[in-house]
Amino acid sequence: MAKTALQFLHNGRDVAIFVDGGTNLLVALRELIGDMTPKFGCGQGGCGTCSVLIDGELHLSCLTLAETVAGRSVETLDGIKNGPNLHPLQRAFADNFAAQCGYCTPGMLMAAKALLDRNPQPSRAEVVEAISGNICRCTGYEPIINAVLAAASGGRARA
Amino acid sequence: MTRHRGRGIASVNYPIGMNLGGDPSQALVHSNPSGKFTVALSSIDLGQGMKSVTRQICAETLGVPVEDVYVDTADSDTGPHCMGSFASRGTHRVGNAVMAAAREARGVMMEAAAEELEVNAADLETDGRGNIHVKGAPHRSISTKDVAIAAQFKQGKTISGRGIFLVPLSDVDPETGEMSPATCYAHACLVAEVEVDDETGEVDMVRMDSAYELGRALNPRLVEQQLVGGAWMGVSHALYETPEPFYPEPVHGPRDFVEYLMPGPGDICPHDIAVLERPAPDGPFGAKGPGEMCANPVLPAVANAIFNAVGVRIDDLPITPEKVLRAIKAQGGARPQPRR
Repeated sequence: MAKTALQFLHNGRDVAIFVDGGTNLLVALRELIGDMTPKFGCGQGGCGTCSVLIDGELHLSCLTLAETVAGRSVETLDGIKNGPNLHPLQRAFADNFAAQCGYCTPGMLMAAKALLDRNPQPSRAEVVEAISGNICRCTGYEPIINAVLAAASGGRARA
Repeated sequence: MTRHRGRGIASVNYPIGMNLGGDPSQALVHSNPSGKFTVALSSIDLGQGMKSVTRQICAETLGVPVEDVYVDTADSDTGPHCMGSFASRGTHRVGNAVMAAAREARGVMMEAAAEELEVNAADLETDGRGNIHVKGAPHRSISTKDVAIAAQFKQGKTISGRGIFLVPLSDVDPETGEMSPATCYAHACLVAEVEVDDETGEVDMVRMDSAYELGRALNPRLVEQQLVGGAWMGVSHALYETPEPFYPEPVHGPRDFVEYLMPGPGDICPHDIAVLERPAPDGPFGAKGPGEMCANPVLPAVANAIFNAVGVRIDDLPITPEKVLRAIKAQGGARPQPRR
């Protein structure tokens, strides 16, 4: 099958790749661009660890056809820190012991960022709702919820 | 339709490490010319904190700052042998091995320092901040970095240590069947409160209260993290997860997160935890380790809470709405038990 040229913004940087028809965004990001921060968990939208932001909206990259992001802006975990400085959500995750094995963490952070970008002062219920598409095996969610609330109350979540 | 509240309790007496012993772990510790130390292990950190806790144990034993210790758990080809990260054995078994290795390395380090300071090694002590000095005379001092450089480039010594911890395999007395299954036990008690819907058979967690006795908590935040997360693995085993109905033949088993259920963030409930510290005589700095025990008491406590709520005793896992509903129907309706 012929490959299609695909151009989009990856964490603010212009990228151009050739993709096979049917290639999903997760594969394009990991294998063609080399951004390993979105993880492959289930490949069918059941776990949330491949979550990315497309034009600021939360999406599951494993269920997104790569070609649909042409000309759009894709944000991954790789792009949320500011140089050597962690994003306030990353800092809050570390401070609140919100990661153990770490496999769900990229998806949790992106889901949390999507929430705080549109709602900087969420309630606990809103945080639970925001991460409800993400599965975590280790933490029991409590530390993750607390971390998101801590980042929000720090008032620096939009940095 | 009625939702019934029930409360159940369970206690566990939990052996640390493999039953009957015979499960060794090794550790190697060496100093680098920079004065920093590397701990080589084959034990894997799955996120439970093995690297952090062995780093603390090594630093404390050597008498150096924790920042000066790096733990390498990468590879069973390059690290010394370990039975593995299971059976709640990491902190206890690996921690003891690291302690032994660090003690041996400390011996060499103190000898090398003694040679530099021209004193007897027995008269030296570490300050925990990267210096070694003569007892009672802190100005007669040398940094661990300078000791490492002197040992490496001048004295020709390796500041290193080997450690192994092995609980000997326990024999079974052929006459009495008597044996010694474990040398170290941790304990826990958990109270689970649930709500059972007698029309759907669904069980919701309302709250949990627990107390864990796990020796000395070497890193209280990591212990708390394990207990909080582990309890939800317990709930998950109690209510959701199963490779059934055709275990161990996986052909018709669940294939994904749609069929293999796990709790989501909306399923959790408040959990109040008390950690009791009773240092273990054979643990590294008295530690036993939380490990699997953080999930274990949850399962019977939830089963007991369901019995308390609707009077049905489900004895195979997971306790699915279908099993609860069939049992309620079989006994002619919910029979709430006296609330304890």
